[in-house]
Amino acid sequence: MPEAEFRSYYGRPVLKAPVWEWKIAAYLFCGGLAAGASVVAAGADLTGRPALRRSSRLGSLGGLLASLYFLVSDLGRPARFHHMLRVLKPTSPMSVGTWILSAFGAGAGAAAVAEVVPRRWRGTWPARLLGRLARPLGVSAAATAPGVASYTAVLLSHTAVPGWNEVRDELPFVFVGSAAASGGGFGMLCAPVAEAGPARVFAAVGAAGEIVAARVMEHRLGLVGEVYREGHVGRLRKASEALTAAGLAGTLLVAHRSRAGAAASGIALLAGSALQRFGVFEAGVASTKDPKYVVVPQRERVDARTAPS
Amino acid sequence: MNRLYGPLDDVAGDAGHVEHPPRVGFFTDTSVCIGCKACEVACKEWNAVPEDGLDLLGMSFDNTGMLGADSWRHVAFVEQPRRTAHQDPAFAGLPTGPSGIPETAGAVEPRLEAAPRGGSELGTNPLPPGGPEPQELGMPGFSRPGDLTGPESRTDFRWLMASDVCKHCTHAGCLDVCPTGALFRTEFGTVVVQQDLCNGCGYCVSGCPYGVIDRRQHDGRANKCTLCYDRLGDGLEPACAKACPTDSIQFGELDELRERADRRLAQLHDLGVSEARLYGRDPDDGVGGDGAFFLLLDEPEVYGLPPDPHVPTRDAPSMWKRAGQAAAAFLLAGAAAFLAGGRR
Ligand code: SF4
Ligand code: SF4
Repeated sequence: MPEAEFRSYYGRPVLKAPVWEWKIAAYLFCGGLAAGASVVAAGADLTGRPALRRSSRLGSLGGLLASLYFLVSDLGRPARFHHMLRVLKPTSPMSVGTWILSAFGAGAGAAAVAEVVPRRWRGTWPARLLGRLARPLGVSAAATAPGVASYTAVLLSHTAVPGWNEVRDELPFVFVGSAAASGGGFGMLCAPVAEAGPARVFAAVGAAGEIVAARVMEHRLGLVGEVYREGHVGRLRKASEALTAAGLAGTLLVAHRSRAGAAASGIALLAGSALQRFGVFEAGVASTKDPKYVVVPQRERVDARTAPS
Repeated sequence: MNRLYGPLDDVAGDAGHVEHPPRVGFFTDTSVCIGCKACEVACKEWNAVPEDGLDLLGMSFDNTGMLGADSWRHVAFVEQPRRTAHQDPAFAGLPTGPSGIPETAGAVEPRLEAAPRGGSELGTNPLPPGGPEPQELGMPGFSRPGDLTGPESRTDFRWLMASDVCKHCTHAGCLDVCPTGALFRTEFGTVVVQQDLCNGCGYCVSGCPYGVIDRRQHDGRANKCTLCYDRLGDGLEPACAKACPTDSIQFGELDELRERADRRLAQLHDLGVSEARLYGRDPDDGVGGDGAFFLLLDEPEVYGLPPDPHVPTRDAPSMWKRAGQAAAAFLLAGAAAFLAGGRR
């Protein structure tokens, strides 16, 4: 692509670079993992796969706790995190997401706690109640999980950041694919091969979806596609695709007969998913630092409108 | 309709204010700006905005750089190798040169690259000393280029100066995305951060299509122009408009300002200043029109303004639809995986 001609104020950025740090990228991954694992956990619970259920419920809680840590600590005023709960604002994906995450967290958290009640308390009535509620709560988490897995795409796209805004049509599919791949991959890593069949299917479908959606996304992008292909972000995304593809191949070919193969495939899928999130995150940040990604497409729009037809 | 995008007649009413005063704003006529920065100083004084560096940045007389948490007014200085339009209308049809002289932009570039946020934090912090060697820019100078070597070598030259500010958008990206309700629409139709509610999530920073609002370092909360909300309440005009010695910054009811701007534009066009244009005046633009709009003498990007911004909320319905489809696919994949696997 030839170097775009455009004018600017001393080459300065037009937009503010996001104040969000790497923690938000880490949250995108952990939130996706929590969502994916909760679906696997509920399925395992309903189809009699106790080891898969247990590890996935714990994985879901782990992802959730890490998410909360990353989200709160990235605030300018962490002690005021609860101000998010003052309102429910449909125009703010962060507000909508806060409530989705709260609904999800209640179910996913309680279901996971039910797994780790110490033996000597099991007979007490709260523990028995929790044991009985674990299934409906786990299912409620799985029911809200699709929201957790997909809203983060709107969270990024609902900004003026060109690298995020312009991928708004495909990003939800990239992110749910990434979430399914990591959730399924986590199940493959932690549960015995005999129980992990559905986790493998879920992971494979997710990984394939992620790869295809990411390719479509990159292909369709205009000028801002540069930030997805070049430099550090380009390397991150290549590594992500390679890991996800390797994980997918391993899932299809070896994970059903080898415990080690399943674990390795699961790790590759998790790593691929994480790098995908960091890649997309960094691409957006990079797109704000060069005025070209703001000015050139907007100038083209204006010129197209004012051109004599 | 039009609550998310497009023209909106009664912004304050739409936000829930019942009996409210008319919408107010700024019309900044940059053709009479003299670059004195009285607006910047008055704003800092009145609003107790912290100092954020007094360096000259190597960009003409600009020592602010960009709007930010600690700069609520920013006077841009653009030097161009062409004449001030009204001196010689014959030049009006000629292509305009790049903004800033190339040497200047070249000197700034390595420092912009060295800045953690690409320099967009300027106005909040001075640029780090970066880049190869400090460069002798030979400026700022008070003589016109070519003056010293005799009239025959004199080049055409004009200075553009413009005082930038928060646009107080009809559909404000910052306000729409704020998850705490800290950003709100006042009864005057302006957009203000409530400091006691903001938790510094930073969403507004990325929601603003103009790169205006930012999080203040060491404080952690978002800050921007309030259009002097406290002064408005007392029937006073904002500090910057009050201080502006040439009435480049005009404060008033938005409807009246728009009429005034149209008259000024027609007047300038009559005088042959064909490059004069209004920016942010049109209620049909991507943000439903700005509460603070401008008369410019070159393309907006030359002043660091986006040529055709839109509020991200415009696409909210379609984004949620796509997210819904993706969510359904995700759930379906999970359900299908377990149905196919059967019970054990
Ligand atoms: S979106 Fe930007 S320009 Fe518009 S009101 Fe908010 S801070 Fe001001
Ligand atoms: S940083 Fe403050 S004002 Fe900005 S969106 Fe977050 S809570 Fe609202």
